[in-house]
Amino acid sequence: MPEAPMLEIRGLDAFYGEAQALRGVDLTVAEGEVVTLVGRNGAGKTTLLRSVMGLHRQVTGELLFEGRDIVRTPAHKRARAGLGWVQDDRGVYASLTVEENLLLPPVVSDRAWALDKVYEAFPVLADRRRAGGTTLSGGEQQMLAIARVLRTGARMLLLDEPTEGLAPVIVRQIGDIIRQVKESGGTVLLIEQNVKFAATVADRHYLLAQGSVVESLDNAEFSARQAELLQHLGM
Amino acid sequence: MNEVLQYTIQGLAAGSFYALSALGLAIIFGVLGVVNFAHGACYMLGAVVAAVLLDTVGLGFWPALLVVPLIMFAFGVLIERTLVRWLLALDPLYNFLLTFGLTLLLVDLVKRRYGVSGLPYERPDVLRGQIELGALRLPTYQVFVFVFSLLVCVLVWMLMTRTRIGMIVRASTERSDLAQALGINVGRWVTPVFGFGIALAGLAGVLAAPFRAITADMGSNFIIILFAVVVIGGLGSILGAVVAGFLVGLVEAFGQAYAPTFAQILIFVLMAVVVLVRPAGLFGREETAR
Repeated sequence: MPEAPMLEIRGLDAFYGEAQALRGVDLTVAEGEVVTLVGRNGAGKTTLLRSVMGLHRQVTGELLFEGRDIVRTPAHKRARAGLGWVQDDRGVYASLTVEENLLLPPVVSDRAWALDKVYEAFPVLADRRRAGGTTLSGGEQQMLAIARVLRTGARMLLLDEPTEGLAPVIVRQIGDIIRQVKESGGTVLLIEQNVKFAATVADRHYLLAQGSVVESLDNAEFSARQAELLQHLGM
Repeated sequence: MNEVLQYTIQGLAAGSFYALSALGLAIIFGVLGVVNFAHGACYMLGAVVAAVLLDTVGLGFWPALLVVPLIMFAFGVLIERTLVRWLLALDPLYNFLLTFGLTLLLVDLVKRRYGVSGLPYERPDVLRGQIELGALRLPTYQVFVFVFSLLVCVLVWMLMTRTRIGMIVRASTERSDLAQALGINVGRWVTPVFGFGIALAGLAGVLAAPFRAITADMGSNFIIILFAVVVIGGLGSILGAVVAGFLVGLVEAFGQAYAPTFAQILIFVLMAVVVLVRPAGLFGREETAR
């Protein structure tokens, strides 16, 4: 890689009390790349993503974001440094309106989308801006969660299973958004169980098993071995 | 008819003390996850500080409405910084025990210094007597307490729903870790929120000073009813705390008028019924009732 990676993880271990959830994970994401984490349930994907965000704190190893070690940095400072979080349950606030959900996180860079641009890209959010956050459908809540981090101008998006449980038409829309983010120079690290979807949005893929990275594949290899991977994932 | 109205205004005045205090309790619980057992003691301190300031420096009722809450805010900040903060990472039970211990300490310190017989407090002249509206005669002070408290509740409600601070408090209340991941420094809001909640209890104490006997024990029964208020309204619900506060005041007043022996029990019967029908309280959401 020509320049320093945006995110570099070296020898990351994570624990829940005595139990070890990640074992010596090495991973890099370059600026402008879309990278997925694939693996079975319990392989450590969510723990890895939460550790990058700072929501899982029981970790040792190196976690470099834009060259700075952030392993001891609290989550809110990581967000302000440019990491954008989209939680697996979407994390939409019921006690905030749609618009308040969008306005809650502070703007962190000049890549930030203005509210008008958000509403233009997601008309459904404009229509429901005064409604309570969780009155939206599952797909709409996912749109809101993604729109929320786009509005902050986060330089790297962390998406935990953005397509899980959503209708195909919504999944396609989310694919379009991720490709749009990439075209505008954004960086994305996402967890994705849907192998076909992953191949359409990502440049590279890390295969996790039992808390370790077992393989790193580019998109061509990944697509070629789809059948084998599906079997590995137990689908 | 006039009688019913009398009890209603009496209930709303008593409910004002509950509503203001429960509001503080709810906000503290929401953001810190701490059930502040010392809230009754802080209500008592508000009344005692008002009485002492009147006696020693001649600070009247009107300035006390501002000065005492400020003093109580500072007291809350001190307690949070020196004690509560260190236990936040542990099981919430530790802070419950800490504030329980704090209650015993504060009550005994006040008893030791000012005795048990009660401090005098005169209500200002304009608030004496009765308001006459045609054939109706309502006690001026009770009407004032209700209107003033309602105004404060509305202001706090607007602070919570119309400002960025309120938005952050609501988000931190609902899901603190998620707010952190979205770039909100939740820790920065913990101290002022605790101080604000204590100040509201102190304000209720000042309002109670000309109306109730000011003794070291005035908060002991109060806190028990306050917990019933918060359970009825829904733990962590701001609107619920206010509505349930006035509701419990009314139940108490009508109970005392028509069934004095059951007045206290009625409140807890109401609580039991609400919990049976809506376990999360009148305005609580299931997820905040964890």
